[in-house]
Amino acid sequence: MRSSVIIFPGSNCDRDMDVALKKFGFKNQMVWHNDADIPKSDLIVLPGGFSYGDYLRCGSIAGKSKIIKSVIDFAKSGGLVLGICNGFQILTETGLLPGILQQNKYLNFICKNVFVKIKNKENKYFKNIKKEVLELHIAHNEGNYFCSNDELKSIADNGQIAVTYCDDKGNDNEHNNPNGAIKNIAGIFNKDKNILGMMPHPERMIDPFLSGEDGSLFFENLIGNV
Amino acid sequence: MNEVNEQIAIDHGLKKDEYKKICDLLKRTPNITELGVFSAMWNEHCSYKSSRRHLKKLHTKGDQVIQGPGENAGVVDIEDDDAIVFKIESHNHPSFIEPYQGAATGVGGIMRDVFTMGARPIANLNSIHFGSIDHEKTRNLLRGVVKGIGGYGNCIGVPTIAGQTCFDECYNGNILVNAMTLGLVNKNKIFYSKAAGVDKPVIYVGSKTGRDGIHGASMASAIFDDKIEEKKPTVQVGDPFTEKLLLEACLELMAGKSIISIQDMGAAGLTSSSIEMASKGDLGIEIDLTKVPCREENMTPYEIMLSESQERMLIVLEAGKENEAKKIFDKWNLDFAVIGKTTDSKNIELFFENKKVAEIPIDFLAENAPMYDRKWIKAKLPKENNFSKDDFKSLKLSDCLNKILTDPNIADKEWIWNQYDHTVMGDTIQKPGGNAGVVRVHGTNKAIAAAVDSSATYCHAHPLTGGKQVVCESWRNMISVGANPIAITNCLNFGNPEKEKNMGEFVECVEGITEASKYLNYPVVSGNVSFYNETKDKGIKPTPSIGGIGLLSDYKKMVTMELKNEGNYLLIIGKTEGHLDQSIFAKNILSNHDGPPPEINLFNEKQNGLSILNLKNKNLIETCHDVSLGGILTAVSKMSIKGNKGVKLFPIESLVNKFEYFFGEDQGRYIIEIKPENLEIVEKILKNDSIHFDKLGIVESDKITYGNELKISIGDIKEGYKRWLKEYMIN
Repeated sequence: MRSSVIIFPGSNCDRDMDVALKKFGFKNQMVWHNDADIPKSDLIVLPGGFSYGDYLRCGSIAGKSKIIKSVIDFAKSGGLVLGICNGFQILTETGLLPGILQQNKYLNFICKNVFVKIKNKENKYFKNIKKEVLELHIAHNEGNYFCSNDELKSIADNGQIAVTYCDDKGNDNEHNNPNGAIKNIAGIFNKDKNILGMMPHPERMIDPFLSGEDGSLFFENLIGNV
Repeated sequence: MNEVNEQIAIDHGLKKDEYKKICDLLKRTPNITELGVFSAMWNEHCSYKSSRRHLKKLHTKGDQVIQGPGENAGVVDIEDDDAIVFKIESHNHPSFIEPYQGAATGVGGIMRDVFTMGARPIANLNSIHFGSIDHEKTRNLLRGVVKGIGGYGNCIGVPTIAGQTCFDECYNGNILVNAMTLGLVNKNKIFYSKAAGVDKPVIYVGSKTGRDGIHGASMASAIFDDKIEEKKPTVQVGDPFTEKLLLEACLELMAGKSIISIQDMGAAGLTSSSIEMASKGDLGIEIDLTKVPCREENMTPYEIMLSESQERMLIVLEAGKENEAKKIFDKWNLDFAVIGKTTDSKNIELFFENKKVAEIPIDFLAENAPMYDRKWIKAKLPKENNFSKDDFKSLKLSDCLNKILTDPNIADKEWIWNQYDHTVMGDTIQKPGGNAGVVRVHGTNKAIAAAVDSSATYCHAHPLTGGKQVVCESWRNMISVGANPIAITNCLNFGNPEKEKNMGEFVECVEGITEASKYLNYPVVSGNVSFYNETKDKGIKPTPSIGGIGLLSDYKKMVTMELKNEGNYLLIIGKTEGHLDQSIFAKNILSNHDGPPPEINLFNEKQNGLSILNLKNKNLIETCHDVSLGGILTAVSKMSIKGNKGVKLFPIESLVNKFEYFFGEDQGRYIIEIKPENLEIVEKILKNDSIHFDKLGIVESDKITYGNELKISIGDIKEGYKRWLKEYMIN
């Protein structure tokens, strides 16, 4: 299984993602943002970080970068594209995913473990994960997902809500919302469910000595379904 | 060009006799650019003119030391081919004036010091001190500093793994922001700042030069007055994105063999970096300032030389390697310019628009910089308080504990470290909030522990003891996570060295640091000095911050502080004599600020620590936490809160009263959790090693209990402990 991680200037979770993908059996390669083409891949990952400094809207410049055209073509042909954190922000900037990510409700960067509830398992990203609730890790300043009511209705109707913030029991109400995201949304799919953007970092949870191991479940499942 | 005279020199922060010395050395009046260069090199921040003779006494040698003080950062060997590069540095003055940018550029500066030596930064730490919680500026300063530290470190993608936050009214007019970075390097590929060889190209890379930060180093060498807000333009502005690019570009260039020497442009910018490289190589240097990439128009040679714009590096390359290097910086979209060359003149020669605008022999700026033997007075050990029974009569243990756990200096600091990315890079195995942060050495079984400590209260009460204590506390933090302590870096924050009392505090703290670090074989390998932390005649308490690091050769054997299992025993290692003077209890409960700090017994300190490491290596310890501020009961509470488990405390087998026993701050102590089946063997080992210990209690239920005198649920104390800072920041 081949994967490609795109490195934008300012990406900073690229190595972590590379480590995680390789740990679970992907043949991963790193691709520089200024390249026009992506090597043949089964999965493309847009990693976390601060692409181009994120001095404008997060992900906006990366969304116009040279490599991104190839990412869009790949995604539109049904290829798996995973965007984590800044990668999620970039995917919304390209229009591949609906909605936007605005600044956290309490205006602070948040770095901590959170629980997320898997809302849709009919896709390659979550298909065979036995748990309903995963403990993952967030580290972001702009993770407050927002979209219009029409969009919200449409993503809900199409099963595009991937994961929502919740407590350890799976209650995804306002008390368990770290950043103000609408409907506690932590991650969404496109209509075809081949594109997933999410704020939590599974790559930081792949070892009992790190913040936890539920990230392992995510990657184990993913390699099994690619 | 301005005519230089004595008044202009004084306006540059130079003293009259220093100006006279410049004229004597040059045998003429300097021009304005030259004066600027002198003032930048001769100020306290760059020249260490008040501290140099005392810093020489520091204990800086050890088997693991690869590079001690005098380089961009210290370097220690961590076995195999790995080495850790690390240093702590102050950014106090700018952070008070502009907290976000001041703190952010503090973090940026220290990271550059580390990657300049070829190391990839793997962890950041910080020690921040603010004024009284009632002071009008404290909230804003705290918020700004935390955002600044996070804003920079998070963007670069280096985890902030530990830190320390203190409040004391002595910092009302001068906050402290000390930032520390650790980097990992192959010990055969370390880069130094010493230039070598004549006619080698001098390269400028990174951001363009602007007018920000001009005279930053001079500002950091002066006391504050009412007009301090006007100094805002001297605070640099950080650009973490560019720093991230610079980091990657430098490491890419360093993988080859074209660099002779490299130096970041920190305090006093191009001036100090160029002079330092030439001075260390015993060379001259020629720079054409016209070639320096500038952000603004019409910048003068004076401004270019004194700018403290961030994210810039100076590199001496092997001749002929310019194109190879330029390709890398082009890839990362960074400025790259050949701006000069090394010479054998031993002078710094500056050109601008084809005219020579300055020429100064380098040794005038470096070796001939002023050095002062400031007068100082020795501090007396204060008389002990003799608390009487009456002092404790109306007190209840539970009230005292609740008050202490919500004391600003004890209460949980999660509000702060949740704003720092502490998990990026995927190797953080102990997060902030423990005894020390721990990161794995990527791809190995090793891990590095790191912590920052300070204790201004003790240093203020008796500088010599305080100096020793901070080193010991740092050592204990390493032991507590199961790491072998390796070395320290120190950030010496003090008041006005021209005052005998402040100078005495400095001298004696350094003496204490030296004594402890020598005895514990815990050498100082880097650091900096920040004097003039004084506003309107009121200086800060002496505040040396000690950043320590330790090595775990097997990260799986790391020890943490949360209680593990009911039925396990708690032992307290080290003798409890109930020293309350200068304790949190004395200040917070008895409103007493007198007396000596707890005594340091280096012999016991070392024995106790080594015995814990011995027990850990035999897998006999489940949990460990050193006993520091707030004494035993505070330590037990924190262990309980983290592990969500209660403790039944055993009756005290000691002559001191329960308040002295539970809240005294005697040094050299640890609480360890032991499985019942290991109790006998642990006791035997400790007795054999002549280590003093007491059985403290047993882990059980969800309450902390002590006979009929204390019964308090973990949920209740957790609530107050966790809530205090969050509520303070919202109000």
